[in-house]
Amino acid sequence: MRDRPSTLPITFENVAFAAGGRTIVSGVSFAIEAGPPTLLVGPNGAGKTTLIKLAMGLITPSAGRVLPAQPAACPRSAIVFQKPVMLRRSVLNNVMFALTAAGREADAKAALGWLERVGLGALADRPARRLSGGEQQRLALARALARDPAVLFLDEPTASLDPAATKAVEDIIGVAAAGGVKIVMATHDLGQARRLAGDIIFLVAGLVVERASAAQFFAAPGTEQSRRFLAGDLVI
Amino acid sequence: MILTGDSKLFSVVGLSLYVSLSGTVLACLAGMPFGALIGLTRFPGRTALIVLLNGCMGLPPVVIGLLVYLLLSRSGPLGSFGILFTPQAMIIAQALLIAPIVAALTRQVIEDLWAEYRDELTAMAVRPASRVKVLLWDARLSLVTIALAGFGRAAAEVGAVMIVGGNIDGFTRVMTTSIALETSKGDLPLAIGLGAVLIGVILAVNALAWALRDWSERHAG
Repeated sequence: MRDRPSTLPITFENVAFAAGGRTIVSGVSFAIEAGPPTLLVGPNGAGKTTLIKLAMGLITPSAGRVLPAQPAACPRSAIVFQKPVMLRRSVLNNVMFALTAAGREADAKAALGWLERVGLGALADRPARRLSGGEQQRLALARALARDPAVLFLDEPTASLDPAATKAVEDIIGVAAAGGVKIVMATHDLGQARRLAGDIIFLVAGLVVERASAAQFFAAPGTEQSRRFLAGDLVI
Repeated sequence: MILTGDSKLFSVVGLSLYVSLSGTVLACLAGMPFGALIGLTRFPGRTALIVLLNGCMGLPPVVIGLLVYLLLSRSGPLGSFGILFTPQAMIIAQALLIAPIVAALTRQVIEDLWAEYRDELTAMAVRPASRVKVLLWDARLSLVTIALAGFGRAAAEVGAVMIVGGNIDGFTRVMTTSIALETSKGDLPLAIGLGAVLIGVILAVNALAWALRDWSERHAG
């Protein structure tokens, strides 16, 4: 395990974010600490992606603040989007680009090492845009992990993947978490939350409804909305 | 003329290709980074500049020709270079004619690509100068098409090269000016033949560029 990451805790202090005249999150306060994966859970439109972008520093709050103030390009954090952009070059060159962007040497051997870890070593020379959805997500993970992040944000990385591809991605996330990378992941897949989460932040309509350990959230949800969500009711 | 290997024809075709390709290369070297810069930055007057740039895509070649003529004529500010009525003057005129087309189309392509790449490149801490390089490289297939559009405009252009080149036989005579001359002389078969050769040359260059694009797409995505 690595040392406690210097970028943690990430603290949200009464954060709100609005865009296009619409409030997406409001009055959100919580802290993301070092430790097992933190999963942001909630229905679509709950504000999960917005919170991840705020934490990553990709957008700035309309009100409140996120501490430490993340520069838009924090070298100690990385993100994998729901639909990652594959650069128009080979799989290997995608990872090498990430290494260079992180200020590291564009070392093909190191890049290949990251591809081997996510099971893409054999596809190193293939155009990245020709990969399947699951392979693209694994490449996005390799690119993100190649930055050696202290915190890895994941925005519903398996939302459009089949079970086999989902398992492959979850396995990589599990290995990263076991290696000391703080995982902060958005999902609306309760099964995935059960499999991965150390703690849960449950969101509905831009508000934090509940914050609890995964065990407690699933065994004894603290709010009516949480209970309904876990029961499979539509919570909007 | 083609079958007999007429040297004069090949000289005219060669000069046409030299002038149009050189003009296209110059226009791309200036227009693509400029277009990318406008696509990636926000500043007061940007919208007006984009409108102006888009408007310049339809600049009349004779106006460009006149402008370059005035610049390069003996009494003009660049008259001391003594390049009026030379292929160099024709290249400058064509580059000026194409550059706004290249810049305007590049701006649109890069802006659209940036919308797709913004979060990813920002999260990867890619520096602004590197972003331009990444976007230009990743848009290369579209940029090839833009370059082809510029080349097509240059190769088909007659007004500007006529004014600044003078259509001097064996020196600045290109295919389009030859066609105009032969038509005015009434030698329509020759004009038609030259026209067919011109179209053939343009198609050949496009086919080559397309093959390059196809190869690149298969090998790098």
